[in-house]
Amino acid sequence: MNEWLRATLPVAASEHAKDVDTFYIFLFYLSLFFFIIVGGLAVYFPIKYRLKPGEKRRSAHITDNFFLEMLWTVVPSLITFVLFVWGFNTYVASFTVPNDAMEIHVRGRKWNWTFEYPDGMAGGGKLYVPLNKPIKLIMDSEDVLHAFFIPAMRIKQDVIPGRYVYMTFTPNLAGEFQIFCAEYCGKDHSGMLATLVVMTDAQYETFKTEGPPEYKQMNPVEIGTTIYKSRGCQSCHSLDGTRGDGPSFKGIWGKTEQFADGSSGVVDENYVRQSVLEPQAKVVKGFEPIMPTFQGSLRPVEINGIIAFIKSQKQ
Amino acid sequence: MADVIQQQVQTATISGHHEVDYLSDGNGIKDWLYTVDHKRIGIMYLVLVLTAFLAGGLLAMAIRLELLTPARTIMDAETYNRVFTLHGAIMVFLFIIPSIPAALGNFVLPLMLGAKDVAFPRLNLASFYIYVLGACMMLGAILTGGVDTGWTFYTPYSTSTSGSVALTTMGVFVLGFSSIFTGINFIATIHKMRAPGMGWFEMPLFVWGMYSTAVIQVLATPVLGITMVLLVLERAFGIGIFDPRIGGDPVLFQHFFWFYSHPAVYIMILPGMAIISEVIPTFSHRTIFGYRGIAFSSVAIALVSFIVWGHHMFTSGQSQLINGVFSFLTFIVGIPSGIKVFNWVATMYQGRITLKAPMLFAISFLLLFTIGGLTGLFLGSLSVDIHLHDTYFVVAHFHYVMMGGTVIAFLAGLHYWWPKMFGRMYNEKLAALSCALIFVGFNVTFLTQFVLGSRGMPRRYYNYLDQFQPLHQFSTFGSWILGLGFFIMLGYLLASLRGPKNAPADPWGGTTLEWQALSPPITHNFSGTPVLTRAPYDYRNVPQGVDK
Repeated sequence: MNEWLRATLPVAASEHAKDVDTFYIFLFYLSLFFFIIVGGLAVYFPIKYRLKPGEKRRSAHITDNFFLEMLWTVVPSLITFVLFVWGFNTYVASFTVPNDAMEIHVRGRKWNWTFEYPDGMAGGGKLYVPLNKPIKLIMDSEDVLHAFFIPAMRIKQDVIPGRYVYMTFTPNLAGEFQIFCAEYCGKDHSGMLATLVVMTDAQYETFKTEGPPEYKQMNPVEIGTTIYKSRGCQSCHSLDGTRGDGPSFKGIWGKTEQFADGSSGVVDENYVRQSVLEPQAKVVKGFEPIMPTFQGSLRPVEINGIIAFIKSQKQ
Repeated sequence: MADVIQQQVQTATISGHHEVDYLSDGNGIKDWLYTVDHKRIGIMYLVLVLTAFLAGGLLAMAIRLELLTPARTIMDAETYNRVFTLHGAIMVFLFIIPSIPAALGNFVLPLMLGAKDVAFPRLNLASFYIYVLGACMMLGAILTGGVDTGWTFYTPYSTSTSGSVALTTMGVFVLGFSSIFTGINFIATIHKMRAPGMGWFEMPLFVWGMYSTAVIQVLATPVLGITMVLLVLERAFGIGIFDPRIGGDPVLFQHFFWFYSHPAVYIMILPGMAIISEVIPTFSHRTIFGYRGIAFSSVAIALVSFIVWGHHMFTSGQSQLINGVFSFLTFIVGIPSGIKVFNWVATMYQGRITLKAPMLFAISFLLLFTIGGLTGLFLGSLSVDIHLHDTYFVVAHFHYVMMGGTVIAFLAGLHYWWPKMFGRMYNEKLAALSCALIFVGFNVTFLTQFVLGSRGMPRRYYNYLDQFQPLHQFSTFGSWILGLGFFIMLGYLLASLRGPKNAPADPWGGTTLEWQALSPPITHNFSGTPVLTRAPYDYRNVPQGVDK
């Protein structure tokens, strides 16, 4: 029966998740016990005391019974007190952040999640964490309420605009786990999904230097497209020639640009790389020098991806 | 049936003068629209709340049909969001809240007290027209684009989305007054208009339930009104109250909203419990077990219901201490409901039970409401709630309480007082069939959703992962059984209205005063003032034998 009950819960990928499951299963048996008593009698009495056709008898006149009524007031009170303490303690423990926790920033917006790691790297859609390392997620929202829900960790927290909230977990199982948005946020609420990827230490070290494993299946243009969409490039650099806060990428490759300091140069590999790492060095004339640096927050493979992506944006 | 009709004629003759029943007392359109007769107002309410229930029910069927497959089945995401919002708003504000107090309570409460009418008959009619106005505003909101915020109107989504949020919330504001007026009326009626000899503890338990409900209606509804006005001010004039971009706090809205809406849960369930407290003793032909326990637990629920609102907000970012306090209080509010259930079950012990339709619904209620209550333990327990919050587990839980509880109790009451209201009996076999279909269909639909939720399926999702599809399909299948049950009910209830007025004054062997009035009652309810000669549910001197 316990196996069957566990099948009604997602995979448990932390100690806390297992604790919640133990409590959940206890609550199930407790409820079943009371349901059998109440439901059983609610069905048994009508059958047993049903008036048969033609039968003549009186009903009992029992107005109350002090002992019985105290029994079903006091016993449920005691039980619920135990439930309260159990639930409160496991809850507080699950929100107590271990000292050595790794901090990751989570940002929710309609309708995706982005993650920023301690080393400055960032990405969207997939949250990569090392196995057995306590994680603290520091979260906020760009627009409306969202909620960050990782069923495998049995934790959930509303994400609020204008305020930081946190949650914490320590994964003890490697693998990929579903992340949902659990607070209704409009049209694509049900599409606001992400994946938690729990990696071994070795895998995580590789991730830090070389990027997510799926880069291996992607060509540089695809990697560049991912970066363009997930790191905010698209908010200033259009792909269709529209003038934004920065030059459009359409047909920019190979062009000779005039810079604000009066010099000029060709948009090539070195120029793009320099613009990503030191964006103020050569600002195209007519644009404000407002682009932030991506020094340390983009991996070489990702910069190569951006170069390939811009190269692919033909006139 | 001949002896039944004879009995009715006899009763009328004994009372000395023939008076016309309230249904026949003038049948022009003005006789109905201008009436201050609580019975006619109750019937008008009944027609409208049943219409709202039909509309909300059809929307629910559409939701379940859409969820038959992931991605698009019959509608797009924006339509789906409007449909589930409308389903919730209609069911809560236009159906459940007024269903038992305003429709059945209006009809039955003065009769039970032996009164001619409620204390303020004109206020009663005003309450009805305010309800109509509020309903029209919500209808207008649907026609002018609809609302996609969910019935909870959470900010800042609700202050930033397009759609008729302002008109809908003003509709809710207006509906609130209808609810307050009914509450005031009931409190005054119960205090001042009880029949001679009826002390507080000789009142039928239905009246205790209505009293507790009325207290919540009067005290909590204004907070909803204030919240809705603040929301409209923010949307219309950009005053920063809830929206963080203009200096507001979105979580504040949730506090305001649930400060009303949690007590409102008890505005919905207490009247259901009140009906069950009538039906079970009547069909067990036995005195109620623990009258005072049931009466005081209603009052206790009404009081504690004001201080548990925070349990809707365990994941909202409020402090751990506050979460702990609300969790503790939430467990406390569960105890009086538990006491009631035990008392109802004990009332059937050594009874003389007849399984007529109202009793079948009452037994369904006991089973479904118990599941609703027990799954509340999961949600009151903090660490488990963090996992289950905003998933289908919550959806299933509140449907077990609101539908398995209140709606089933409403149906029990409707079948119980139908002969009193219309003077006609319905087809008992079809009623039993309909009850069975609703019971099975309900469980297939919603028991499934507990599993969906515990496995992590979030609520208000248009699209879902493939792994959830079998359970969603099973749930949708259940909704068809449920729909069939209601369809049959609509049929036999309407059919009964075409028959002759054949119901006796007391078809079930009830002991409360409404059964001393004729079926249907005369316009002034009783010929003369009824005097209470025995406590309610006292079956010691009731003639035994014939199965009523």
